[in-house]
Amino acid sequence: MVENRPYAKFLAYLVLTIGVIIVAFPVYLAVIASTNDSATISNGNMSLLPGDQAGVNYYRTLFQGTARTSGEAVGSMMVNSFIMAMGIAFGKILISILSAFAVVYFNFPFRKTAFWIIFITLMLPVEVRIYPTYKIVADLGMLDTYTGLILPLIASATGTLLFRQFFMTVPDELLEASKIDGAGAFRFFKDTLIPLSITTIAALFVIQFIYGWNQYLWPLLITTKSSMQTVVIGIKKMLTTQDVLTEWQIAMTTAVLAMLPPVLVVIFMQRLFVKGLVETEK
Amino acid sequence: MAGVTLDTVRKIYAGNVEAVKGVSLDIEDGSFCVLVGPSGCGKSTLLRMIAGLETISGGTVKIGDRIVNQIEPADRDIAMVFQNYALYPHMSVYDNMAYGLRNRGTPKDEIEKRVKEAARILAIESFLARKPRQLSGGQRQRVAMGRAIVRKPQVFLFDEPLSNLDAKLRVQMRVEIKRLQKALGVTSIYVTHDQVEAMTLSDKLVVMSGGQIEQVGSPADVYRRPETRFVATFIGSPPMNILPGTVEGPGRVSVGGQSIAVTDMREGLSAGTPVEVGLRPEDVQAGSAGVSALTMDVDFVEELGATQLFHGKVAGAEFVVQASTGQIPADTRRLTLAIDPANVHLFDPQTTKRLGRV
Repeated sequence: MVENRPYAKFLAYLVLTIGVIIVAFPVYLAVIASTNDSATISNGNMSLLPGDQAGVNYYRTLFQGTARTSGEAVGSMMVNSFIMAMGIAFGKILISILSAFAVVYFNFPFRKTAFWIIFITLMLPVEVRIYPTYKIVADLGMLDTYTGLILPLIASATGTLLFRQFFMTVPDELLEASKIDGAGAFRFFKDTLIPLSITTIAALFVIQFIYGWNQYLWPLLITTKSSMQTVVIGIKKMLTTQDVLTEWQIAMTTAVLAMLPPVLVVIFMQRLFVKGLVETEK
Repeated sequence: MAGVTLDTVRKIYAGNVEAVKGVSLDIEDGSFCVLVGPSGCGKSTLLRMIAGLETISGGTVKIGDRIVNQIEPADRDIAMVFQNYALYPHMSVYDNMAYGLRNRGTPKDEIEKRVKEAARILAIESFLARKPRQLSGGQRQRVAMGRAIVRKPQVFLFDEPLSNLDAKLRVQMRVEIKRLQKALGVTSIYVTHDQVEAMTLSDKLVVMSGGQIEQVGSPADVYRRPETRFVATFIGSPPMNILPGTVEGPGRVSVGGQSIAVTDMREGLSAGTPVEVGLRPEDVQAGSAGVSALTMDVDFVEELGATQLFHGKVAGAEFVVQASTGQIPADTRRLTLAIDPANVHLFDPQTTKRLGRV
C-alpha cells in the first residue's frame, strides 16, 4: 500500500512521542533520584541531570540497605527474588510441558476431564485461593522457605494451555515418522517435541520470570524473616516508615535495581524469540 | 525382502463406520503395488494398517511369513514416505536419515556408510548438513526417500508422496521412484488418487472404492478390461463415456436406435436387456464410417495441443471424443463415430459389473 500523507504521519509520531514520554518520565526520574543524596531529593530541588551520589547509593543499597527500617541489604533480597522467579519459571515450564504432552498425545481414561480440571484452575488465581493455599503451606512447615515461595505459584493452567495449543499444531505425521523410526513416547518428546517448542518455552519463561519477580501478595504473607524478603516487598517496606524520613535515594535505587532483571530477561530472550521466529518452519 | 499378504483386513472406526471392508490381497516380493481410488475409499487407512499406525479391526496382515497385527511399527521392518514428508524440522538432513538407525543402536560407522550411500543414490550429498526448511519440495521429497532407504526395510510404504509437488517435478520424481524401486528391488506399496501415477508406477494396480477392492491387475489389464463401471470411469483420462443401450442379440447392442457390434459380450443375454455401453474417448474413430457407427452432436471443442476433445451428445448422453488436432475441422457440428467392436465395454446397470465373456 502506498501512503503519502505527511500530516497524518506527523500526528501519529506526535501521539506516540507523548505516550512514550508519559511512560518513560517516571522511570527516568527514578534513575536520576538514585544518583542524588537524600537532602537534594527531599528539598525538591532535584535537577533533571544525574547527581554525583550514584556510587554511594548503589553500594549502600546493595550491601547495607536502609539504615533505619528493616536494614536488610537489597543484594540478598534480589537473590531471593531471583531464586523465586527462576523456580517459578522453570517449575512451571516443566509441569506444563509434561501435562500438555500427556493431554495431547496420550489416550487415557478421563483425559478430557483432566484437561478441563486443569483449564478450570485458570479461574482461580493465587489471590482467590490464597487462604487454603496458605493453610497448606503453613501445615507443611514451608513458611519462610523457598519451596513455600515457589511451589504454590507453579500450579496454574496458562502454560499447559500454551503448550497444548502448540502441540496441536505439530503435524501427526511427525509422531508417526518417529514411531516408524523406533522412537517411543519419551524419545519423541525429548528428540522432537522439545526442540520444536524452544520458542514457546522462551516465551513462557519470559512471562513467568516477570510474573514471579513481581509477586507481592504471596511473599508478603508467607515470609516473616527479613532474610527471606523479596525485593518487591523490600521497596514497599522502605516507603512505609514510622517516625523517620523515607530514604528516597535508597528506595529509588532499589526500584531501579528491581527493574533490571526483568528488563535483562526480556532483552536476552527477545533475541532468542526473533531467532526462533525466523527459523520456524511454516 | 518379503511379500505382503492381506487376509480379509477390516477397519471399523468408532461409531461403527467401516472404512475398510474385508480386503484380501497378495503382494509379491519385490513388486510395486499401487492402491488407487478416490478420497475416502480406504486406501490410506489400509496402508496405515500395514504400517502399524492404525490398529487392525479384523483379518490379518502378513509381512513375509510373519503376522504383524500386534507388532509395533518400528519392528515391522517397513519404511514409510509421508505426503508432507514428515521430516524433523530441527534436524539436519543427515540426522533426519540417521535418526531411525540411531534409535535401533546401529553402529556409528555403519550409519554413516548407509546415509552416505543413500545420499549418493538420491543425489543429495551436498545438502546433508542443511535443515529441511532450506530445501525445495523436490529435495525434501528425496530426503524423505533417503530416510526410508537407509533403513533397508522389507517393504516401502508411500502415502501420496508426490501430491505436494508441482506438476513438472511430480513427473520427474515419479520416474525416479520407479527407477529406484527397480534398482533396490524392495516390495513397495504406494497410495495415490492420481490415476496417471497409478498406471505408470505399478506392476500391480489395485483400484479401490468404498473400502473395497474393485479390481486388481496389471495396469494394462485394468485399462483394457475394467471389471466394473467404477474402474472404467476412474482409470483413463478423459474418463470413459457411458451410454445407455439395450441388447439386440448376440454381439449386438443398440444405442439410441443405432446398432453397434460388440466383441466382448456375455452369452445368453436376452434381447431387450438394458446395458450400459462404455466407450473410451480415445478408442472412437471420428469422422470415418466403420463396421458400426454412432452419430454425435458436437457442443464445443477443447484444445489440448496435440489432441482435441470434442464434447457433445450421443443418444442424449454426454460424450467426449479425442482426436488428433487437425483431423476434424473444429467447427464440425455433427460427427460420425466409427466403433471398433473390440473396444466396446458392457456393464450391468444394476450391479455395475462387466458383462463380458466369462
